[in-house]
Amino acid sequence: MSGFWGKATAIVVKDVLAELRRKDVAASMLVFALLLLVVFNFAFDITAENEDLLGAGVIWATFTFAGVLGFTRSFVLEKEKDCLSGLMLCPVDRASIYAGKMIASLAFMLLVEAIALPLFAVLFDLDVFQLGMLPVVLLATVGFAAVGTLFSAVAVNSRARDIMLPLLFLPVVVPVIIAAVKSTQHILAGDPWSELWSWLEIMAAFDAVFMVISSYMFEFVTEQ
Amino acid sequence: MTVQSDAAVEVRGLVKAFGTRRVLRGIDLRVRQGEFMTLFGPNGAGKSTLLKVLATLSRPTSGSAHVAGRDVRSEATEVRRLIGVVPHESLLYEDLTPRENLRFYARMYDVPRAGQRIQEVVEMVGLSGRMDDRVGTLSRGMQQRLSIARALLHDPPLLLLDEPHTGLDQQALTTLRDVLCDALKRGRTIVMSTHSLDEGVRLGTHAAIMVRGRIAYEERAETFDAQALAREYERCTGARA
Repeated sequence: MSGFWGKATAIVVKDVLAELRRKDVAASMLVFALLLLVVFNFAFDITAENEDLLGAGVIWATFTFAGVLGFTRSFVLEKEKDCLSGLMLCPVDRASIYAGKMIASLAFMLLVEAIALPLFAVLFDLDVFQLGMLPVVLLATVGFAAVGTLFSAVAVNSRARDIMLPLLFLPVVVPVIIAAVKSTQHILAGDPWSELWSWLEIMAAFDAVFMVISSYMFEFVTEQ
Repeated sequence: MTVQSDAAVEVRGLVKAFGTRRVLRGIDLRVRQGEFMTLFGPNGAGKSTLLKVLATLSRPTSGSAHVAGRDVRSEATEVRRLIGVVPHESLLYEDLTPRENLRFYARMYDVPRAGQRIQEVVEMVGLSGRMDDRVGTLSRGMQQRLSIARALLHDPPLLLLDEPHTGLDQQALTTLRDVLCDALKRGRTIVMSTHSLDEGVRLGTHAAIMVRGRIAYEERAETFDAQALAREYERCTGARA
């Protein structure tokens, strides 16, 4: 397979292979997410009255901060031995490099979320395994990955990349975080799907806009 | 914009500035196809920056640079197909094996019959025995040989090498010389920066000395007089080669 998606797939395979050996990005995100869930479990007294409000906040605060940690590491692999220059030397559309890195980050985040959500359900005794959670988690995570991959590429060339990434990333993903929290509140409260639609539409629009903008901007942020 | 030219590399009035600091200050250079050009110069002369511009990794501030008639700015993707680059760093993923690294780059370069080609370049650099070890466990010399294999993978007509002799043992040096000699015989063009006068004049057919972002001396010859070149180097840079 060649062309745009062939190149993107090669990058995903390479990142997954490196992660399987290194156990660095997904493992650090997972440990961080689990620690946050345990801390929140002790910090908040979740009752039947406030479970939809607090539960939604706990889930997305956990995923957001774990995501920041993962994106911080995303381009570090490329920085070692100047592999980012190796990628940039390839006669490949920059958008396909962005797509490959984004899909790899998305896969790591989804993996962490798939493990953390059941733990959340056990610790907080909340029913998160509802059909409505699937599009919410998918759309919100795509939004995080679309923005996080771009800013990870920006931050990796900065000396203060650990500080730079959250400063750039968090303000931009606020609409996704709000939409994800609101839609999760509706799901936990047992509201009908009609309550969810507008929030899902916001996330879908955000994802589409930022995937296009980020893939276009990627060429400029990786240029010297 | 593509220009009709028999030159493998053509650079005119090239300036590269980082902020207010001008690293390249109006470089004019022409390398014919099949030539081996060696760039000499002290640290900070702009050799690596010039190679980065030719490799499309750095955009010129002004002036022009063409590789096989193609503009490094507007036709960067086409230029990338035509060049193999060996920079300071290996550009290899340390957690992957040499085979996985080369497979990855073969896919990125659309190398036909990738398995066979990987075997060829690996044999060329003498690394067949370590193909399934992680790159991070290989010595600096072996990584450099693998980096050369990576650069040769798509059989590019132009090789850009930035101080490739650094940190190489005798065996790796011999391998590098053999690879470069073979590339020259097959009509490839080579542009190499080095601090080693001996290595630079061994195969070189075109030498230039860069000082503070300018070409201070340029010469073409069948064989170079290393001592005369050393004197020119001292005259241009004020330091011994």
